[in-house]
Amino acid sequence: MVNNEVLLSIKDLEVGYGGIAAIKGISLKVLKGEIVTILGANGAGKTTTLQTISGLLKSSAGTIIFDKNDITKCEAHDIVSLGMSHSPEGRRVFGTLSVEENLMMGAYTLKNHDKETLEWIYDILPRLKEREKQIAGTLSGGEQQMLAIGRAIMSKPKLLILDEPSLGLAPILIKAIFKAIKEISLSGVTVLLVEQNAKAALKLADRAYVLEVGKITHEGTAEELLNSTTIQEAYLGKKH
Amino acid sequence: METFIQQLINGLTVGSLYALVALGYTMVYGVMKLINFAHGDLVAFSAYVGLTIFTQFYGSNALTLVNIVIVFSLTSIVVAFMGVLLERLAYRPLRTAPRLSAVVSALGASLVIQNGIMLIWGPNMEIFPSDIFPSTTWNFGGVLISYTQFVILALSAFLMVSLYLFINKTKIGTAIRATAIDQDAAKLMGINVNRIVMIIFIVGSMLGAIGGLFIGVYYRGLTFDMGWMYGLNAFIAAIIGGIGSIPGAMLGGLLLGLFNAMISGYISTEWAETFTFILLIIILIVRPAGLLGHNVAEKV
Ligand SMILES: Nc1ncnc2c1ncn2[C@@H]1O[C@H](COP(=O)(O)OP(=O)(O)O)[C@@H](O)[C@H]1O
Ligand SMILES: [Mg+2]
Repeated sequence: MVNNEVLLSIKDLEVGYGGIAAIKGISLKVLKGEIVTILGANGAGKTTTLQTISGLLKSSAGTIIFDKNDITKCEAHDIVSLGMSHSPEGRRVFGTLSVEENLMMGAYTLKNHDKETLEWIYDILPRLKEREKQIAGTLSGGEQQMLAIGRAIMSKPKLLILDEPSLGLAPILIKAIFKAIKEISLSGVTVLLVEQNAKAALKLADRAYVLEVGKITHEGTAEELLNSTTIQEAYLGKKH
Repeated sequence: METFIQQLINGLTVGSLYALVALGYTMVYGVMKLINFAHGDLVAFSAYVGLTIFTQFYGSNALTLVNIVIVFSLTSIVVAFMGVLLERLAYRPLRTAPRLSAVVSALGASLVIQNGIMLIWGPNMEIFPSDIFPSTTWNFGGVLISYTQFVILALSAFLMVSLYLFINKTKIGTAIRATAIDQDAAKLMGINVNRIVMIIFIVGSMLGAIGGLFIGVYYRGLTFDMGWMYGLNAFIAAIIGGIGSIPGAMLGGLLLGLFNAMISGYISTEWAETFTFILLIIILIVRPAGLLGHNVAEKV
C-alpha cells in the first residue's frame, strides 16, 4: 500500500498562542498509504500540530504542503475539499443532530454523499447503523468516537487525521476503534494518528514521531521505536 | 367568549410580527452568540423603505397584488443587503474579540441606523397609507378579522413553516445547526462559517423586513426610533422561547402576542407592558434557558 509519494510534508513549523511558542520548528512527512503516529505527553503540542495542519490554527513560520498544494495559509474549510479530514480531540460530534445528520455533515463538501461510503462506514462501525436516528449527544462515549471517525471519512479523504481517538474509552472499545482505523487504512486512506496510548499506536503504525514540548525528539519506524529503550521507559512504561 | 376569540385573533396577529422579528435575533445568537441589537432598527428601516416604495406606486395607479409583491420583495432584498453589510462592518472585524466589544459595536450600529433613518426620512412620524390591503373585514358571529390581519397571519405562517423546513430538512439548514453547535467542528466538515453567517443575516433580515412591513401596514405610524420598541418586544419573545432556538422564537412570539392581547382585552392596555416583564421574569425563574432553549450544551 505504501509507496514513496509524499502526501503531507511539514517544514520548520512554528505555532504559538499569543506569543507563547507551543510548536518550535518541527518537520515531518507522511507518505501515501502510511499510518504515521505522533506520540507525546500531555501538553507536548500534538493537538496544536494537528490543528495547524487542518487550518484551524495559523503558523507563525514554516510551510505545510498537502498533496502538492501549499496549504500553509489556507482556510480550514478549503483544506477539507483538498482531501484532508480531521477528527478532533474530544470527538466534537454535533450533539443535537442525529447520527445520520452528523454523517451527512461529514460529506458536506461532496455534491452528493455516496451511498457506498455510508454503507461501508455502517459496515466497519455497525453500532452507528443501529443508532442512525438517535441524537448524537445521547450516544455513549465510545459510540460518539465511532461517529466522529465515521463522520470524518464521509468526505472520502486522502488523509485522515485522528486526535486521541481512544481517549477515555474502555479497553474493549479501544480495540474496536483501532480495528476500524486499520480497516480504513487498508481501504487506501492515509492516516495521521495522535495517541497517548503509545503501545497500541505503535503496533498499528508504520512510522512514528515523538514530540516533547514543541520539538520532535525521536522518529523512526514503529518497530524501531517499540524496541528503543528510551521510548520504552518514557512512553511504554517498561523499566530497564 | 367573543372577546376571547377576538383577542385570540388579535394576539396571534401581533404575535406573528413578534415571531418574525424574534427569529432574526435568535438565529444570529444561535450561530454567533451575539445579540444583534441593530436588528430592531433594521426592522424599522424596512418599514420606511417599504413606505417609500409604496408611495412610488401610488402616483400612477392603485395598488395591485403585483405591486404589493414587488414592494415586499424589493424591501426584503434591500434590508437583507443592509443586514449583510451590518455583519461585515460591525461584527466580522470583532469575531474573535471579547463578546463585550461586539455588544458595544451592536449598540453603536443600532444608533447609526436609527440616525440614518432620521437623516433620510426626518424626525417626524410618517404614516403608512391605510388602503394597502382592501379594507374588507369578515365578521364571524361578532369576531372581526380584517384583510390585513388575514394576510399577516397567512404569510407569517407560510414563512415560518418554510424556515422550519429549510433549517431542518436541507443540507444548508443542517450546516447552520452544526455551525451553531460548534464552529470549529463545522469548519472541519468543510463548512465555510463566514458563508453560513452571511446566510443567517440574509434570512434573519428578510424575515425582519417582512415583520417591519407588517408593522407599517398594521400600526401605520412610523418613527425613526420605533426599532427599539418593537425590537425589545421581539427580543423578549426570543428569550421567552429560548434564545438560539428557532421554534422557540416562533412560540415565544406567538405567546407574547397572545398574552399582550389578553391583558389588553381583560385588564387594560396600559398594563400590557408591565405584565410582559412579569411574564418574562416568571419564565426565566421557572426555565432559565427559555421554554424551548436548552442550557448551553456541555461539550462531551
Ligand atoms: N488555546 C490555547 N491557548 C493557550 N495555550 C494553549 C492553548 N491550547 C494549548 N495550549 C498550550 O500549548 C501547548 C501544547 O498543547 P496541546 O497542543 O494541546 O498539547 P497535546 O495535544 O500534546 O496535549 C501546551 O503547553 C498548552 O498549554
Ligand atoms: Mg491534545
